[in-house]
Amino acid sequence: MNRTKGDEEEYWNSSKFKAFTFDDEDDELSQLKESKRAVNSLRDFVDDDDDDDLERVSWSGEPVGSISWSIKETAGNSSSSHEGREQLKSRNSFSSYAQLPKPTSTYSLSSFFRGRTRPGSFQSLSDALSDTPAKSYAPELGRPKGEYRDYSNDWSPSDTVRRLRKGKVCSLERFRSLQDKLQLLEEAVSMHDGNVITAVLIFLKRTLSKEILFRELEVRQVALRHLIHFLKEIGDQKLLLDLFRFLDRTEELALSHYREHLNIQDPDKRKEFLKTCIGLPFSAEDSAHIQDHYTLLERQIIIEANDRHLESAGQTEIFRKHPRKASILNMPLVTTLFYSCFYHYTEAEGTFSSPVNLKKTFKIPDKQYVLTALAARAKLRAWNDVDALFTTKNWLGYTKKRAPIGFHRVVEILHKNNAPVQTCRDLKDRQQLLAYRSKVDKGSAEEEKIDALLSSSVSSYSLSLQQAQETVHKTVPSICSQGLEGLQLANPHGCKALLWPQCQKHCFE
Amino acid sequence: MAFPHRPDAPELPDFSMLKRLARDQLIYLLEQQHEVDKLYKVENKPALSSSEQLCFLVRPRIKNMRYIASLVNADKLAGRTRKYKVIFSPQKFYACEMVLEEEGIYGDVSCDEWAFSLLPLDVDLLSMELPEFFRDYFLEGDQRWINTVAQALHLLSTLYGPFPNCYGIGRCAKMAYELWRNLEEEEDGETKGRRPEIGHIFLLDRDVDFVTALCSQVVYEGLVDDTFRIKCGSVDFGPEVTSSDKSLKVLLNAEDKVFNEIRNEHFSNVFGFLSQKARNLQAQYDRRRGMDIKQMKNFVSQELKGLKQEHRLLSLHIGACESIMKKKTKQDFQELIKTEHALLEGFNIRESTSYIEEHIDRQVSPIESLRLMCLLSITENGLIPKDYRSLKTQYLQSYGPEHLLTFSNLRRAGLLTEQAPGDTLTAVESKVSKLVTDKAAGKITDAFSSLAKRSNFRAISKKLNLIPRVDGEYDLKVPRDMAYVFSGAYVPLSCRIIEQVLERRSWQGLDEVVRLLNCSDFAFTDMTKEDKASSESLRLILVVFLGGCTFSEISALRFLGREKGYRFIFLTTAVTNSARLMEAMSEVKA
Repeated sequence: MNRTKGDEEEYWNSSKFKAFTFDDEDDELSQLKESKRAVNSLRDFVDDDDDDDLERVSWSGEPVGSISWSIKETAGNSSSSHEGREQLKSRNSFSSYAQLPKPTSTYSLSSFFRGRTRPGSFQSLSDALSDTPAKSYAPELGRPKGEYRDYSNDWSPSDTVRRLRKGKVCSLERFRSLQDKLQLLEEAVSMHDGNVITAVLIFLKRTLSKEILFRELEVRQVALRHLIHFLKEIGDQKLLLDLFRFLDRTEELALSHYREHLNIQDPDKRKEFLKTCIGLPFSAEDSAHIQDHYTLLERQIIIEANDRHLESAGQTEIFRKHPRKASILNMPLVTTLFYSCFYHYTEAEGTFSSPVNLKKTFKIPDKQYVLTALAARAKLRAWNDVDALFTTKNWLGYTKKRAPIGFHRVVEILHKNNAPVQTCRDLKDRQQLLAYRSKVDKGSAEEEKIDALLSSSVSSYSLSLQQAQETVHKTVPSICSQGLEGLQLANPHGCKALLWPQCQKHCFE
Repeated sequence: MAFPHRPDAPELPDFSMLKRLARDQLIYLLEQQHEVDKLYKVENKPALSSSEQLCFLVRPRIKNMRYIASLVNADKLAGRTRKYKVIFSPQKFYACEMVLEEEGIYGDVSCDEWAFSLLPLDVDLLSMELPEFFRDYFLEGDQRWINTVAQALHLLSTLYGPFPNCYGIGRCAKMAYELWRNLEEEEDGETKGRRPEIGHIFLLDRDVDFVTALCSQVVYEGLVDDTFRIKCGSVDFGPEVTSSDKSLKVLLNAEDKVFNEIRNEHFSNVFGFLSQKARNLQAQYDRRRGMDIKQMKNFVSQELKGLKQEHRLLSLHIGACESIMKKKTKQDFQELIKTEHALLEGFNIRESTSYIEEHIDRQVSPIESLRLMCLLSITENGLIPKDYRSLKTQYLQSYGPEHLLTFSNLRRAGLLTEQAPGDTLTAVESKVSKLVTDKAAGKITDAFSSLAKRSNFRAISKKLNLIPRVDGEYDLKVPRDMAYVFSGAYVPLSCRIIEQVLERRSWQGLDEVVRLLNCSDFAFTDMTKEDKASSESLRLILVVFLGGCTFSEISALRFLGREKGYRFIFLTTAVTNSARLMEAMSEVKA
């Protein structure tokens, strides 16, 4: 699963413990450069090139001079904890840390891992460093736990479980009777530590027949969940399916089997595998989805082979003008529909790749169909097709504009594809035209055209925005050199209530 | 702007100690090896190193073990002998050892643990950096991290004294608490007699309140997290923010003076604040006009540095705001927020449903669509079957049929469910039919090994007054309650629970709420005598979020703290947001 991998990358890349990042130096440098650039961009400012705002940063990522680097200095010279803290604070207010030697990592480490045994508050670092008898709270550091061997035979189940929790190796072999095994499991469950529960389950899985194991787990839900997760993680699909079968969890069984298709890369093999999923005991609803999944991939394989051939032959105009960017295999249905509207719009219903055929086969709702077709045809600037999508004839033969989706969405899609004004006007809706106007470039030919069409009054909105922008630009030239262009995009029709009006108000007041 | 802390606010304990502890322990572990000179990221490719020994620092996951095994076995085949060491963080799992054994490399590899589980991301925020906690526990029901949590709490009480008052809600919270207590008993005496530094601890399961975590965030820090993803306390600002051709990694914490003033603010206040700041900065720069040489020298040596720093930060955050505005405008954020508020308040359900439908049809981000569906489901106690079917079908058509697995996950976790036929019950009805429903619920639990339960959000919301009644406009500049973190529309449930319990110092009078939360067996309090606790420590509260907390919740509680003279410290398994929760549930392509 990608998730875990991503998470871990995130973790190590972003850890503050810079010992693990490879580019921390770069970061500081670029920050420095950025600040330099910003300052230099201040107009006619004092010429200064000193880089003394560079934070000196140790390899640990902390600015030199932060508490950790003062350890050596404060260590041992303060006995009162509170005083020690104050001292640290005052030291930190000095500005001349450059002189501090870069400590090597060899200084006394063991001293950090002590907890106090005497009463009193544990407040200052100097306490941690003092050499009073102390107890380790980083247990068994330096002695890898794996080296512990414990052959004691008389640990009770609860002692055993407690030892397991501490990470100690502890033989479970002496728990041979079913009763002992189950008692061990129950102890583990009542302690709540999932790691120990799994450890006991690994032992039970090895020493019990699966029927007995399954039977006992059926009445122990917590342990059962751990076994299922464990089997999923180690990828013991066979036992997992057996377990679901035993528990009569048919739907999970089916889903679990279906999940495997994700690991099959070859499209034909994947298709064959999906075929084996069709008869599985899904819910009625999911059965239909699985069937659709199979049919979709089957279609895609046919379309892909056909289109790849057409494209390489170079005889078909649409493929020459708009070469395919990616294969259609394993794409969602809507994407496939878009593709088919883009490359195969005019095909007869009988062909697998025609949009109408897809619509019928997968029972795509009108709304979805129109939306997708519109997007595809607008992208190709096939405005006649767009127009036709909304034209219906009533029984008297009059044509009428209708759309199963909101016209504001239509306008949005058209705008994205730079539709000519006429197309929009044909949609007849004055309000929509207004909306469209707000989206075209200021002063552009389109705008003039719309204005002519509407002979509308200019909304005061754009004016005030401009004024405000000028004000801000004047006030802080350097910062605003980056501009506040973002605001220009704000759609006046979107400024209904909560957020944006206030932004604008506060920004430009 | 930027509310200052009350003068009587208690001081926070010094958490940098945790960082030093962890770092030094790691150095110690690494030094046992000879000359660890370079660290590689564990990726699924052969290690290029020619060293005589390899040291792996990994999370305890099966996948990592398989990788290490393949590497060691490849070496063996090539007749190469090296030393291998695996350092597990924060701890080793038996399942990992089992894999090493099965792969035949058990003796070839030595194992160690780096018990690093508390990373101070900020002065008041400790993260365990375990995003996988959420899926492992709330989807799979695996309790592997509970011991890690208990150990972390144990370490905290060793360092900062015992906690005189403990509260918790949720099944996981209760287990973590019990295991922690066991640990303390085993290592008896360690915290006895110590003066407590932190007066209260409050443990809370994420599934007690999914709603808050699913909402779009509108306080600045939350919005930055939603837009750019804050990772481990820092964020990568791309060229669109830095107005250069480079990305910039920026630490976001209390040290950043500009950020610190705007992080908890509603976004609508941030622009005003920044532009005021910019004007002040300009004025300060302008002062140099008319300075004589000496004054100029002083200015350069004393003030310039600070101004430059401020200037840099200011332009960064202005850039970030612009970029957020651009993105949010493009995705029609206004409409989105309106829909969310409608869902929270429970009106216009049909309209919201078609809004979600449209999202799906237009193939707007799959995560967003999923999030909205979950929000609809939890606030409505599940989708009505017709809607469930139709939204699911459209979702699969838009984003891919394999998401069938995602839907199954969401159902198991209780995030997206279908109302059982005739499942629209009033409180009275539900009491009458309790027996029947319990039986039915038991069946469902069996069928899907589900942790899921009815959410009862509407009833809880009424009981706890989560939707504030507002006369006129809610002034976001001068927030009155925690609802400001959601534009005045909703008080985060998690934070409201914490507030109520702290006020009462118990769950007394909250029985009905606890019942509605399905937590009757998992709400607990534990008080010890307070004679040793100073009044200052009694105003310090450690809140532990199991399964992650959001920046909005942090902001809300910081606000509550300022109002009441408390200070909150946050301990979370990871900082989360709606997108992370949804991604954790998504079944991605292998």
